[in-house]
Amino acid sequence: MQTIRVLLPLLLTIACKPPPDEMHHMPQASATRGLEAIKRAGCGTCHRIPGLRWPRGASGPSLDGFAEQGLIAGRLPNRPDTLASFVRDAPAILPGTTMPAMPLSEAESRDVAAYLYATRER
Amino acid sequence: MVDASVIPVFDPAGPYAGSIATLSWILVAMAVAVLAIVLAALGVALFGSPRLKARVGGTKVIWIGGIAFPVIVLTVLLVYGLSLTRNLTAPVPADAMRVRITGEMWWWRVAYLDRDGRTTMLDANELHIPAGRPVVLELESNDVIHSFWVPRLSGKLDMIPGRRNILPIQADAPGVFGGQCAEYCGGPHALMGFVVIAHEPAGFAAMMAKRRSARALPAGEGAALFRSTGCAACHRIGGTAANGTAGPDLTHVGSRRSLGAGILPNNLGTMMGWIGDSQSIKPGNRMPPYKTLSANQLRELAVYLEAQK
Repeated sequence: MQTIRVLLPLLLTIACKPPPDEMHHMPQASATRGLEAIKRAGCGTCHRIPGLRWPRGASGPSLDGFAEQGLIAGRLPNRPDTLASFVRDAPAILPGTTMPAMPLSEAESRDVAAYLYATRER
Repeated sequence: MVDASVIPVFDPAGPYAGSIATLSWILVAMAVAVLAIVLAALGVALFGSPRLKARVGGTKVIWIGGIAFPVIVLTVLLVYGLSLTRNLTAPVPADAMRVRITGEMWWWRVAYLDRDGRTTMLDANELHIPAGRPVVLELESNDVIHSFWVPRLSGKLDMIPGRRNILPIQADAPGVFGGQCAEYCGGPHALMGFVVIAHEPAGFAAMMAKRRSARALPAGEGAALFRSTGCAACHRIGGTAANGTAGPDLTHVGSRRSLGAGILPNNLGTMMGWIGDSQSIKPGNRMPPYKTLSANQLRELAVYLEAQK
C-alpha cells in the first residue's frame, strides 16, 4: 500500500508525457541529411554531438541526448519547430544568445533538428 | 570538413598529377600480376604433381624468375617511370606564376611572388591559382619537416628547413582541391589541411586585382577588440596596425573557404568557436583559447574578421 501511494503519482506524471516520437515528430525531415548539414555548417566547432567524431568543440554545450532536454538554451520549449528555427537563426528567436545564425536552409534546419532528436538511442 | 575533406588520390585534375596517377596504376597492375605468379608458384608447390614440381623446381627457374625477371622488369619500370614523370622535374616556364609556401606547425604560410621573387601578397592556408596554367611553388619550412600534398594537382614534396624545393602544380579546370600535410610534424599534424582554388584566368586576375586595391576597413567594436585582446601580436591584417607574423595572415580571412588550416567550414559560428576555444577543436595548436571573452565580444570579433575579404 505504502509503495502504491508513493508510486501512483509518479506513474501518473509519467503517463502525462507523450511518447518522445510523437513529441518530436518532424515530418519530411531526414536525420541522415541532418548529420551531413551539421558537418557542412561546422556545428561541432562548438558542440559535442553524438555520432560526430570530430570536431567535438567545448565552447558550447554538449548536445548529447537532446530529445530528453526540456528547454532549448535553457529558455525556449524544446519543440521541433522551435529547435529548427533556433539552429538556423538563434538570435532571431532568442535575442542575446551566444549562438549565432548558421548557414542552413529551412529544410536543412529541420533535418538538423531531426538528427538531434534521433540521437537518443545511441 | 571542407568540400575536399576526403581527397581522392587516383583522380588527377592536371598534367602533373596525371603522370603520377598513370604510373600508380601501372604499379598496381604489375603488383597484381606478380602476386598472381607468386600465388601460382605456391599452388604448384602445395598441390602440384611430383612431375610438375620437378619441372618448375630447377635452378634455371630461380635464375630466370628470381634474378633475371626482377632485374629486367624493375629496370624497364625505372626508366619508364622517370620518363613518364619528367614533367615534374623539367624546368618551369619563366613566366609561370610563383608562390612561396612555408610549412609551419600546423598551418601554411602563403606568399604570392612577382617574377623577381619579391612578395606581392600574403595569405595563409589557401591558394588561388588560374586554371590551365602551371604554377610554381617554392616549398620551405620554418620549423620541422612538413610535406606539401595536393593529390589531384601534383606530387608530394617535402618542405625541409633551410632548403627550397620546387613543385609545379596545375589544374586543368576551375575547382576546389584539398591538400594535406603528408609528413608527420607533431601533435595536430592530421589537422593540417590546405585548399587550392582554381579560377578561370579572367576571374583570377579580377580577384587578385580586387584584393590588391585599397579596401574599406571594417571598423567598430570588433576592430577595437582585435587590438585590445592582443590578436595583433601574432596576426597581421594588411592596412591596419596589426602586424604579427607568428600566426596566419588574416587580411583576407573572411574570403577563405576554411578555418583552422583547411579543416573547418568558415562562417560566423565556426569563427566564434575557433577564437573561443580552438584547443578543443585542434588540440596542441599554438593559438590559446580565449575563454575570457564574453559571448558578445566573441561575436564582434568574429564579425570583424569575417568582414576581412
